[in-house]
Amino acid sequence: MTTNSTLQPELIQRFHNVIEELGPEQLKQMLQDMHTIRAFEERAEQLYSLGKVHGTMHLSIGQEATAVGAANALQDGDYLLNHHRGHGHCLAWGSDVNRMMAEFTGKETGFCRGRGGSMHIADVDANNLGANGIVAGGVPISTGVGLSIKMRKTSQVCMVIFGDGAANEGALHEALNMASIWDLPVIFLCENNQYAMSMPMPKAFNIEKISDRAAGYGIPGETVDGNEVLAVYEAVKKAADRARRGEGPSLIESVTYRYKGHSKSDKQAYRTRDEVNDWMENRDPIKRFGALLTTAGITSEAEATGMRDVALGIIDRSVEFSDNSPTPDVAGLMEGVYA
Amino acid sequence: MRELTYAEALREGLRQAMTADSRVFMIGEDIGVYGGAFGVSAGLLAEFGAERIIDTPISEAGIAGACVGAALAGMRPVGEIQFMDFVTLTMEQLVLQAAKVRFMFGGKASVPMVLRMPGGSGTGAAAQHSESLENWFVHVPGLKVVMPSTPYDAKGLLLASIDDNNPVIFVEHKLLYKTKGPVPEEPYRIPLSQTQVVREGKHVTVVATSIMVSRAQQAADELVKEGIELEIVDPRTLKPLDDAPIIESVKKTGRAMVVHEAVEMGGFGGEIVARIASSEAFDYLEAPIRRLAGKDIPIPYNRELERATVPQVEDIIAEARKLARGEY
Repeated sequence: MTTNSTLQPELIQRFHNVIEELGPEQLKQMLQDMHTIRAFEERAEQLYSLGKVHGTMHLSIGQEATAVGAANALQDGDYLLNHHRGHGHCLAWGSDVNRMMAEFTGKETGFCRGRGGSMHIADVDANNLGANGIVAGGVPISTGVGLSIKMRKTSQVCMVIFGDGAANEGALHEALNMASIWDLPVIFLCENNQYAMSMPMPKAFNIEKISDRAAGYGIPGETVDGNEVLAVYEAVKKAADRARRGEGPSLIESVTYRYKGHSKSDKQAYRTRDEVNDWMENRDPIKRFGALLTTAGITSEAEATGMRDVALGIIDRSVEFSDNSPTPDVAGLMEGVYA
Repeated sequence: MRELTYAEALREGLRQAMTADSRVFMIGEDIGVYGGAFGVSAGLLAEFGAERIIDTPISEAGIAGACVGAALAGMRPVGEIQFMDFVTLTMEQLVLQAAKVRFMFGGKASVPMVLRMPGGSGTGAAAQHSESLENWFVHVPGLKVVMPSTPYDAKGLLLASIDDNNPVIFVEHKLLYKTKGPVPEEPYRIPLSQTQVVREGKHVTVVATSIMVSRAQQAADELVKEGIELEIVDPRTLKPLDDAPIIESVKKTGRAMVVHEAVEMGGFGGEIVARIASSEAFDYLEAPIRRLAGKDIPIPYNRELERATVPQVEDIIAEARKLARGEY
């Protein structure tokens, strides 16, 4: 196993152009966002164990690089659709952490007025069309968003993030094919965390790379290290540029790993503790990116470490916001079904 | 007034909606050069081009998803499902996405889409091309369900459905496509959720949907010769339902029956019966409320078997006559 420190100079060389393109401020913000996502997820789990959360949750700890790399490759006005393990995507998109926490805890001030919860957080005003409780549910919708963009002749793109499990849903096939034949500006980002609940990827696929399926749709397919934030950024940026040029969709597979169970009641009998530890110790996306930025001289070690405290402060304030927020009034129960 | 067929009325509505609003477009299987399996979109490709009359691969879930996404992102799609049976392949997108996103997002997003589909039997298309599944959608909060029974209603309800900011399941009937009726040339809207008394009468209230409205009219023409008057009520929009005219009618006649083609068990008729029985009309009832609906079997192929599966004019006559004569 190659260690993080020996990787750094090689990575800095490899991502030289991306580092230049993003610039120090955005790179630092990306690392900060990864810390904030992790802190959000850790607090979410804690709130759950304290009995402060009514429903379930799907934590993305370990997958922060995919969310942050992808979101940073897009622009204001672009669209996002994501999946049930979606807190990180939403935070990386720039959606307000206070309103996210309020939604997670079922408050009226949440993004969905407490009607959606963890699995349905959407920030419609920012073209974040929401997380989805149905595996691959957002994928056919993304094709429709892409169709709308093409018909309205804007330079927007739509990114849909789905898991390895979703890659085996039938609707995904229809949606990818339609996006391809019509050259729609859609980025299909498969966040492969290697387990569809308990089903390991090798048991669910007879191919090594999910991105190989792109060939069947006549579109570019690429597999990247989903724990390397700059690799994700680079691939999504390339796909976005292609989409904006009117050349159509791309399929990107971002290989990552979730540290926590599928949801709240997962005993994780399908994998070993050693496997999880290996990913946590040797391939952690935050440690990696922090080391890269310090090695490259973009942050000091103290600054990189301090971001964790900044993140905890952000999350403390979001919990305070949600604690001070009203719960929805039952009198409003029937609102919002019809426009 | 000028007469059009039901299919022509729909086409005129589509043309007028697309002419008036560049956000409106059509998407479905074989709707372009072919003109749609039942010819509804014939000629529209030449008028509006392939960018707005979008032929799709055979991908019903993809069509539904494309409508949901396009609607969420500022367009007003009109999707076509070639046969209502195939809507089974779209259920996730309609029931779990289109119907729910607005509520799940706290009332933020809207999904202004129409999904047209022909239901019904009578063409010898057998069990997989003859379904009447409207009540599945009636059961889903967030959807609207519209079922026009005449060319006039087809155009007016379609234009109102396209204007509506919610997902509308628009159920046409294969046997109605070639039926003719008066249709004004100018665009007009029939507001959704307005039940209409389509024929006044004093003896029996017949609540009928889609093709059963014209069958009830034929039955009424026969029964009037015996001195029995049917009052025919067409909900037109099944969800959200305007039940007041139904209840008022039953208060007047004291006798009620519901006629629809869909299977009786779990069908829309049960809802109508329940609304009547739990309303003030209950006190006016002089007989049990009757249902006449599809038998609880798949639609068979053979002409006689097919005919025997769903209510026909003579069935309505027989049932209404019994009700009027107090034989229940």
